[in-house]
Amino acid sequence: MKFLFAAYAATWLIHTCYMGTLARRFTQLRNQIKEIAERK
Amino acid sequence: MKRLLPIFGAITTALLGFALYEALIGAPTEQTMGNVQRIFYYHVSSAWTAFILFFLNFVASVLYLVRKNDSQGLKDRLANWVVIALGIITCIAAYLIKLPDGIERSSVASTGIAAVCIYFLVRKYFPEDRGDALAVTTAEVGVVFCTVVLVTGPLWARPVWGIWWAPGDVRLTSTLVLWLIYVSYLILRRFSSSGQTPKIAAVLAVFGALDVPLVYFSIWFFRTQHPQPVIGDGGSIDPRMLHVLLLNWLAFSCFAALLCWARYRLEVLRREVDETLALESLLEPRGSR
Repeated sequence: MKFLFAAYAATWLIHTCYMGTLARRFTQLRNQIKEIAERK
Repeated sequence: MKRLLPIFGAITTALLGFALYEALIGAPTEQTMGNVQRIFYYHVSSAWTAFILFFLNFVASVLYLVRKNDSQGLKDRLANWVVIALGIITCIAAYLIKLPDGIERSSVASTGIAAVCIYFLVRKYFPEDRGDALAVTTAEVGVVFCTVVLVTGPLWARPVWGIWWAPGDVRLTSTLVLWLIYVSYLILRRFSSSGQTPKIAAVLAVFGALDVPLVYFSIWFFRTQHPQPVIGDGGSIDPRMLHVLLLNWLAFSCFAALLCWARYRLEVLRREVDETLALESLLEPRGSR
């Protein structure tokens, strides 16, 4: 059973990490857009 | 689209939850392997999702190469006819050529028709640079799903085969090579700033896509440690297990579509920001920095 749970946990860990990186990149981009808007 | 997204997200979450319940509790327990066989539902559905994403990447890359330096649209028209011809040839060949046991003729023919449809859909909805953005998106999300396959595979192999990895096994090695090709594709896109990068990346993606059929058909053509196909003509899978597998595949496909939507939006926004910054630096008077 431990291998089964490890596989399922690993799957969701990989997806969660990827969603985390996407969220981080969105935040960085949003800050960049805000900076550009302030400069104009 | 923006209104539909939360609904689609809610449906996907519900589907993933139900698919997880079915995989862990609803599906019957396999007699030889026991509960560890339930890894199958995540492993196989992730692999199929990755293959579809890599195929989309291939189509988007081919379209990018076709459209590049094609002001009169001649190459584009020629490519359309080539794709239609390939679809027809695939359908005819599926019923004329002797196929290996386990491969259904109707599956090959319908795959050929689906490939042609996907090509024309991508061509219509992702014009010009949008095709390149789609290529980056599908490669990245595809690598995520391929990583899941490469992680869940050894976790399934260890209790069943007694080893984490079978060195020299064609299915395992070709999957690892596929992952490495697309990781190099992403590294190239991330760290190269040359104007030729999208073109080089598109060529690399076309070569990478050639590995997908090798991964998929390797268990038919080579003797491998990896199990023989259990789905399709001559497959021995229990219908209830097949139902759970298809449910998980549907759930992961919807999830992949959501991830692709987010990543695609990020890519389009990033390109717009880069263009604005480039324009700003051009308009800025000299010595103002």
